[in-house]
Amino acid sequence: MREFFVFVRKECYHIFRDRRTLLILFGMPVVLIVLFGFAITNEVRNVKIAVLDQAQDAYSRQLTDRITASGYFTVDRYLHAEQDIEPVFRKGEVKMVMVVPPNFGHKFYHGRKAPLQLLTDASDPNTGTTLVNYANAIILRYQQEMTGKITLPLTIQPEARMIYNPSLKSVFLFVPGVMTLILMLVCAMMTSITITREKELGTMEILLVSPLKPVTIIAGKVIPYIALSFIIALTILAMGFWIFGMPIRGSLLLLLLECLLFCLAALSLGILISSLTNSQQTAMMISMMGLLLPTILLSGFVFPLESMPKPLQIFANIVPAKWFIIILKDVMLKGAGLRQVWQPTLILGGMTLFFLLVSVRKFKTRLS
Amino acid sequence: MSKAIVTRNLTKRFGDFIATNAITFEVEQGEIFGFLGANGAGKTTAMRMLCGLLKPSSGEATVAGFNIFTQAEQVKRRIGYMSQKFSLYEDLTVKENIRFYGGIYGLSHQQIKSKTEELLGKLQLQKEADHLVSSLPLGWKQKLSFSIAVLHNPSIVFLDEPTGGVDPITRRQFWDLIYEAADGGVTIFVTTHYMDEAEYCNRISIMVDGRIKALDTPARLKEQYRADSMNEVFLQLARAKPAENNSSS
Repeated sequence: MREFFVFVRKECYHIFRDRRTLLILFGMPVVLIVLFGFAITNEVRNVKIAVLDQAQDAYSRQLTDRITASGYFTVDRYLHAEQDIEPVFRKGEVKMVMVVPPNFGHKFYHGRKAPLQLLTDASDPNTGTTLVNYANAIILRYQQEMTGKITLPLTIQPEARMIYNPSLKSVFLFVPGVMTLILMLVCAMMTSITITREKELGTMEILLVSPLKPVTIIAGKVIPYIALSFIIALTILAMGFWIFGMPIRGSLLLLLLECLLFCLAALSLGILISSLTNSQQTAMMISMMGLLLPTILLSGFVFPLESMPKPLQIFANIVPAKWFIIILKDVMLKGAGLRQVWQPTLILGGMTLFFLLVSVRKFKTRLS
Repeated sequence: MSKAIVTRNLTKRFGDFIATNAITFEVEQGEIFGFLGANGAGKTTAMRMLCGLLKPSSGEATVAGFNIFTQAEQVKRRIGYMSQKFSLYEDLTVKENIRFYGGIYGLSHQQIKSKTEELLGKLQLQKEADHLVSSLPLGWKQKLSFSIAVLHNPSIVFLDEPTGGVDPITRRQFWDLIYEAADGGVTIFVTTHYMDEAEYCNRISIMVDGRIKALDTPARLKEQYRADSMNEVFLQLARAKPAENNSSS
């Protein structure tokens, strides 16, 4: 046991003396969270639109007011002719143009049908669709208000509520995502690098010749990184909680235990990688290509899994990050307990056990 | 007194390639045993098998009286090892390195403390004790490396080309350390490229193509091959055709 502590202390020296890496490790999550939280956002807020109001009546003005009052849109300018539409889009000054045809109010009350045109810049399709949906909702609500006095014989009144994230904050998605990404990076990449570094330097041979057991070597290497990644996970959670108001509705203990489980999964992957190669460079490349890319692309962090082709969806099942993100979202946003997340937890645990067994086995086989 | 190392037909195959082919030799306790051979002759493989870094394909061997197949743990406690690559941690100080290596061999705090003092005094590194190892010149690093390899009083220490890339003066100083350890009863098993170093050994073996072609004291080998230096002996053996060699050895 004393040997183990000696080893851990040595490993801590390595970590703390490598200031640059340490700075990156702690700086990166902060920068990523801030970036994703503030800058990179797919929320609709204060989007500039233009209005071509050919009706100029009370109703068209009311409608415009409603649209600006929502907070999602601001009217950047009023256009006066149809020819003006194309140029404003081309300049990229507005994302959407609303065209209110002449006699809007009159048509509505007397013609029973008032056309209205929404033109959207769909060069970014996701944003385009979102804008139209938001605008439609506002218009629909306005319409209901106006027709509210008239009672129709049969109506369906859909009442949509966005639960778990009523204000549709995208940071609620990014916090779990960034956390997953960083933990994967720190645990898997750093472990694989630190083990291959010993191989490169030749110190691994000395360790293997010594009476230290392989398990002690691996545990001694890995435990400081578990501690490190745990601190990072806490930092991210704290930032999400206090800066972005990300709720933690489930049990904090469960959340932390799940983090620990994911760290273990990532660490065992790191050990596995280090048993495949002897060079730090290769280890880093494998971690990048083999772990980070799937974590970003196939975990549901950036791109929704549901809209992926079937083979990719199936492949995503073996990406540990996918399950961790599900757990994180369920626990943090839905307040799920172990009873609700036992399935992904079990899968993640199974993966961890599998990786750990394989990597310890591979590590044990002597250096050749 | 038991032999430090005994091997019987120790063989290592990598697929079709036979790296060491049925080598048999004995090393006495306290001896400085030189293990010579060209690159790829199989000396590092043989050494790695004895240290427990490689599993032999066949044959038998005991190190410090323990079987390397069945008693690897006991073997490991009794040997020291210094690899070709410089094997201290550059981002740790001299003292921290000593403490670490002492620690993983299970030395107590007290032992480590007194050993550290002793070692620093011997190498005259007191001033550098708290400096990072990366700041030391190569020769010092190598001497420190050796001293750390014998820190836990092993009965045998394996040195794999310990003096690569070091100037002759430092090499000489390095060998003084080896002699000192050997005087203390430590068996030294050393591989080297330098033929002048071969002369320092009590006995040497020369490996060619996975086999031991010659094994004796340097003086008797020179006599046997009618050579003035170990260099000539080595060249004669290494250049000889395998067929001719079989009859001579």
